[in-house]
Parts: sequence; C-alpha cells; structure tokens
Amino acid sequence: MGQRTRLVLSRMLQALPALAGVVIVSFALTRMLPGDPAVYFAGPAATEQSIAQIRVAMGLDLSLPMQFLHYARDLLMGDLGNSLSTGQPVLEELARRLPASLELTLTALLLSCAIALPLGVTAAVHQGSWIDHACRALVTAGVSLPTFFTGIALIYVFYYLLGWAPAPLGRLDFVYLSPPDVTGFYVVDALMAGDFETAGGAMRQLILPASTLALFTLAPIARMARAAMLEALSSDYIRTAKAAGLSQRKIVYFYAFQNAMLPVITTLGMVFSFTLGANVLVEKVFSWPGIGSYAVEALVVSDYAAVQGFVLAMAILFVALNLVIDIVYTLVDPRTRSTT
Amino acid sequence: MERRDFLKSTLAVSAATLPFLRSLPASAAPSGTIVVAMGQTINSLDLHRKGTNRPSYQVAVNVYDRLVSFGTKTTEDGGLYYDYSVIKPEVAESWDVTPDGKAIIFKLKPHGLFHDGSPITAHDVKWSFDRAVTLGGFPAVQMKAGSLESPDQFEVVDDLTFKVNLIRPSKLTLPDLAVPVPMIINSKVAKSKATTDDPWATEYLHTTPAGSGAYKVERWDPGQQLVYSANENWTSGPPPAVKRVIVREVPSPATRRALFERGDIQVNFDMPNKDSKELSGVEGLRIDSSAIENSIYCLNPNLAFEPFKDKRVRQAIAMAVPYEDVFQAAAYGRGIPMWGGSSATPSDIAWPQPFPYSTDLDKARALLAEAGYADGFDVPLSIALDQSDWMEPTALLIQENLNKIGIRTTIEKIPGANWRTASLVEKRLPLHLETFGGWLNYPCYYFFWAYQDGHLFNSSNYRNEEIETLTNETLHMEVDHPDYAPKIKRMIEIVWDEVPRIALFQPALNVGTRDMGGYEYWFHRQLDARKFKA
Repeated sequence: MGQRTRLVLSRMLQALPALAGVVIVSFALTRMLPGDPAVYFAGPAATEQSIAQIRVAMGLDLSLPMQFLHYARDLLMGDLGNSLSTGQPVLEELARRLPASLELTLTALLLSCAIALPLGVTAAVHQGSWIDHACRALVTAGVSLPTFFTGIALIYVFYYLLGWAPAPLGRLDFVYLSPPDVTGFYVVDALMAGDFETAGGAMRQLILPASTLALFTLAPIARMARAAMLEALSSDYIRTAKAAGLSQRKIVYFYAFQNAMLPVITTLGMVFSFTLGANVLVEKVFSWPGIGSYAVEALVVSDYAAVQGFVLAMAILFVALNLVIDIVYTLVDPRTRSTT
Repeated sequence: MERRDFLKSTLAVSAATLPFLRSLPASAAPSGTIVVAMGQTINSLDLHRKGTNRPSYQVAVNVYDRLVSFGTKTTEDGGLYYDYSVIKPEVAESWDVTPDGKAIIFKLKPHGLFHDGSPITAHDVKWSFDRAVTLGGFPAVQMKAGSLESPDQFEVVDDLTFKVNLIRPSKLTLPDLAVPVPMIINSKVAKSKATTDDPWATEYLHTTPAGSGAYKVERWDPGQQLVYSANENWTSGPPPAVKRVIVREVPSPATRRALFERGDIQVNFDMPNKDSKELSGVEGLRIDSSAIENSIYCLNPNLAFEPFKDKRVRQAIAMAVPYEDVFQAAAYGRGIPMWGGSSATPSDIAWPQPFPYSTDLDKARALLAEAGYADGFDVPLSIALDQSDWMEPTALLIQENLNKIGIRTTIEKIPGANWRTASLVEKRLPLHLETFGGWLNYPCYYFFWAYQDGHLFNSSNYRNEEIETLTNETLHMEVDHPDYAPKIKRMIEIVWDEVPRIALFQPALNVGTRDMGGYEYWFHRQLDARKFKA
C-alpha cells in the first residue's frame, strides 16, 4: 500500500468520530434554539389542537433521547428528514442547492486565484513598487467592502445602467431550461450535453455573483501569496541559488514559488470553506438558490431537519476538503514526494 | 447651438429612450408570457397541508376553483379590487338557502371539468370539504370561522347537487366558501394516490395539483420558480388571456426593483413601501398601493400589567404616539392614517376608521398625572425581529415620545419563531406592536379575534362584558339587520374609549406592474393571475 493510499484511509477513519460528534452536537444545538417550531408552522390562527397535531407529525412529542434515536436511525438509512419551511426532503434540497453554491464558490475562487496569485507574487518580487501599492489597495478594498454592497453596486452598474450583465435571476434566465442533471454544475452539465447556448447562459449568470465573491476572497489569497513569497525569497536556499548564479526567472518561478504555494493552499482551503457558508448575502442579492440562504432561513424558523442536514453536509464537505488539501500537499511538497 | 449643448441634448434624448429600449428583452421573451418576481418562497402546492406558507396560497387561487367567488370592482384610478359585497358563481351555477334556513343547496355547473378532463361532481366537493375540516391546522380554523366544522355537514344530493347543513345561520358561511381554503380537488385522482397512512393524499397533492382552475402548474422548482400555463378549457370562467406566467423568487428587494425598472419582469409583487413611494408616477410603471382590508397595525398595552390596567394610562400613550412620523417612517405614507378621528362616537360602521386620538403630549402628561404616574414608569417595548422593517422605526419613534411624558421604554427584539408564542399565545408582552387583519371583511369578525377575551389576537388581555355580549350577538347577524349597525357603533365607541389597541395606520399591499394589465387586489394578498392581460 502506497503512502498516499494509507494517508487517505487513515484520514477517512479519523473523520468518523468527528462526524459522529457533529451529528450529536447539531441535534443538541437545534433543540436549544429558542422557539417552538410546531407553533410556528401551525400558522398564526392555529388552535391548541392543530398545534398538537403538528407536534406529533414532527415527532416533537417524544422525549429528547427518543427523538435522537429516531434521527440517528433515519440518518443511517440515508434519510435526512423533511424540511417544514420548504416542504421538501432535506436530502433532495441539499443535492440541488449544494452544487449551486459549489459552482458559484469554485468559479469565484478560480477567478480570484487568477488575479490574486500573479498579483501577490509580482508584489513580492517588486516590493515597494507601484504594483505592490496597487496590490495593497485592492486587498484593503476587497476586505472592507461588504459583499452585499459590492453585489448591489455591480448589479447597478453592469445590469441596471449599462445593460451588459443578464438579469440577476438566479442560475439561468427563463429562456433556458436547466440542463440534464449529472454533476449539478449547470455549465459543466450543459457542456456535457453539448448544449453550448445553455452553457453560455449559465456562465453569463455566474459572472456578476462570482466577481462579487472573488473581490471578497481576493484579499486573503493575495496577501498570503505576497507574504509567503517574501518569506521564500529571503530564505537561505534562494540566497544559495542566487550565489550559484541561477537565472532570476528560475529562482522566482521554480524554487521560491513552489515553496510559497504551501501556505497559499492552506489559506485557499480556509477561504473556500468560509465562503461556501458565508455567501448568503450574495445568494440573496442574485437570487441564487444556494445552500447559505437555505440554512439561514431554516435557522430563523427553527426548522430542525434542515439545520441538522446542513451542518452535517458541511461537516462532510470540510472533511473531504481537508483530505483533498492533504493530498495536494503531497503533490506540491517535495519532501513527501520522495518517499513514495 | 453650442457643440456642448448639442452633446448634452443628445445625451438627454438617449437617456430618455433608454428605458424604452431596455424593455425590448422582455418582449423578446415568448409572447403572452408574464414574469412575476416575489420575495418569498412557495413551499407547497397544497394549501391544506401542514406547514404550507402564505405565499403558496396563490396556487389554490390560480390552479383550483371554489364553489363561489367574490366579484370585482374598479377603483378610481382604474385598478381592480375584489368586491366583498358580490358573491358570484365559480364551480356552482346557483345556490339557495332552504326554506327552514338550515342548509344551503348548491347546483354545480353541468359541464364543469377538471384539468384531466373528468367532470366536477358533488362527490369531489364533499371530499375536498371533508379534507379541509379534517386535516387540521389553519384550513380547519378558517372553515370554522364560517361555521363549517365537521364532515357531517357536507352532503351529496346527486352528482350535480351539493348540500351544506348549517350549524347556525351565519352571514359568514357563504363568504367563507369564497376564500382560498375550500378549493375543489379532483377526488378521483387524489384517492388513487392515497395510502392508508395518508388517506388525504397530502404527499401527492403537495407536488402535483389536481384542480380545475384557470392555470395548470407547468413546472415547479422549489426555491426558484413556479411556472403556470393557461387552462384553455377553463369551465369556471373565460380562459386566461396570458398563456404563461412565470413566478420567480427574488429575495432581495433591491434586485427586484432593478429587474422591474429594467423591464425584465412585469410584476414586482409585494414591494417595500419605500420603493412603492419612489416609483409612483414613473412613466410606464403602475404601482397599486391597496389598503389591506380589515387590518390595522397597532400598539398594544397589555392589561395584565399594572400601569396599563388604568384606562387613563392607555389613553395617555395613545396621545403620546407621534402618528404622522410613524406613518411616514414606517410606511412611507402608504396605507391609511388611523388617528385624528373627529368624534368619540362613530358616525358609521366602517372598519377600520380613524381612532379619536392625536399627538398631544400635554394632555398625555395630564392624564398620566391624574392616574398617579406623574413620574412615569419603566416598561419594555417589544417588537418582532422578522418584522423589523416597519416595527423598528415605529418603536424608536414611540420610545422617543413616551420618554417625553416620563414613560421609559427599552426596546426588546424577539426572534420570529418566538414572537407568536410570546405575544399571542402566552400574551406576556407588556407593551408591543401587533398586526392582525381579518380575511372576512366585517367589523364583528375583527372584534371576535382581537377584542374578545382569550381569543388569539387579543394580545392585550382585554375583557369587557359589553364587548363580549355584543360581539357574540353580531358575529353571525346579517349586516342589514336593524340591530347590527347600532351594536357595531357601540362596540367601536367602547374600544375607542378604552383603547386596549392603539391604532397606528392601516397597512398597504404594494404591487408594481408594467407592460401589462389586469392585476387585482385580493384580501388574501397573494397573486391572482386569472385576469392578467399582456
């Protein structure tokens, strides 16, 4: 068994207790939320009797340990329960909304990496130059502008005033039908189905929200790239390389850059995870049917099943993400590579 | 003409024509299609299901029919407004009250058809009504308001004759059959999908309507959109003029407004008061701000708490509220003022009508001193977090003025999920804001819910023996009964004097439309596409 396979397996095993913990904690936390969901969902004119009926239907008449046993049993059978606020099975809803959020977040990250990495690296190589100042200005602007503001500002300029961007109506304009569901990523699915027009439509819808998120995620990535690059450039091996007369190009883009990538990847992982949960405001502004707005709405009305499902899905995603980052590390880090 | 002036004028021209140009993409959409944007989400296609939210009621309106419906009247500015005083046939052709007054017999239209082409029979009506009173929750409560409580009351005489046996003669029964709840479901389809665990086919009808209405559901993407297509063979009315209606969920009001101004949507449903005010009068846009019937936004002092037991303290507060400021800040002047009435006795039975209070801090101070609270007191002022758009500015303005007469308030924000329990069920909030509005448009109906002791929306814990008696006497009485008007006037006079609910204003429903016509206001405040014209 190769080292990498062993690493993957041990990581997966390590994740099991964490997931069990997440199941218990999410159950306990939702029960600690203020408010009585049965009363809420019975509606404003409900009688005692109809509230009691809903309480039974939701299983809330049982004791807490019994409720947990039911929840755990359903979970093992792959049933995450029904969300009362949206009226849909939680699993179905997550399967539909998670790809929407992932598509948006990944596009935003690609976009911000494409800008932030060259910017950060150049800023570090030419420290104190105008490009360094430009980088600093962009980073400051990126963190200090809240996403809902950037989102509305972008809509105002590019949709309302200029008319370049399509209507901010979610993932697809109504002239298109959603592509056959394979990955849940509309652009990818449409391309796989050979439908370039729909792919183009989905891509156009993505541009504004992805730019909004990219502007926000740009800051930590660019900053980390610059800092890591500066550190690498001032290290001993670079001095040795310089002394050995290697070309500036080779020093910067081969030795320094590769070493600087490790902290950047770690940062990327962190940025990805918080963006996925924290893009609620972008989702609201662009009517994006993502997972963030789903979770927040469920939380507000104490919709237990939906909140638990969301927390669990995020936990699984984080575990998977950390796994991927560890694997990427072994690819990038020469020290782990030699032992395979 | 100077060159610069020329440039300016061409710029102005192109800017002026721009909005027109921008409506082209909308007309490029398939003809006969209307796109509606709304902020809320539709969570079920079945109104009777538990947990179905208000915005979903529009499906019951557009996709299902009822025995009867309300008429339509035209407002002064050419808008459509449902007419409470006219009840017209929908699935029923005619109806008669039996000579003994104990039943209503409905004759169904002989050629009524469901979407699948099968005939609408009295069996379907009975099954649907049984379902509405049996499944519990809000539908059962609403049916009960019309004295429709048990399946025993509903009787199939023959395929086209349906009989409702009355528990008591009540003016509320017939109008209650025209609200969205008693919709008529295709029972043959539903029964074929029913199981022993789910005898009323709630799982099936939740996602697949089986109705006879003006529209069919072509597509439902929960959390995103609902697409209606016209039912060309609608048997309960003329086939709808608009062939397709797309309802998109757009949570951000700012985005909805941008879409609306650019012409990518034709209906901006339930827009904020602020947008409604700013967009009124804009060329090409029509804004309907309809006052919501039988509804008042109120400030409620709770009589279970000491200073508020004294009528004079409540009156002092009613004189301390900065009404005009509240109306402008919270409602942007949309709706109808409910203060400054000229007389302490009502001249007619219109409801709601302005309460006889105005902002007068000196009088308020005098009343407080008379009640023994010259130095004022401390009290929390509670608002609901999920209604903070209007409650927060209102509470801040009220807080400021109450402070001037010595009543020191702290604003307490309560999360949406707790609000109902705290304010309506436990009735434990000393001073709070409240928003009750009745579907059935009678003053006695409002009094039943909001002023009778122990009833849900009486969050002030108010009890007055005369109100109890008069409400019970008038609730089912015909409006043209000679005793009705005097009794209602007396009731209004009492609650004006005792002010357990301090009326602020009557709220409005704001709907923007463009490049189309036929929007109609309904008491249920949901989208009715049946009269839309492209």
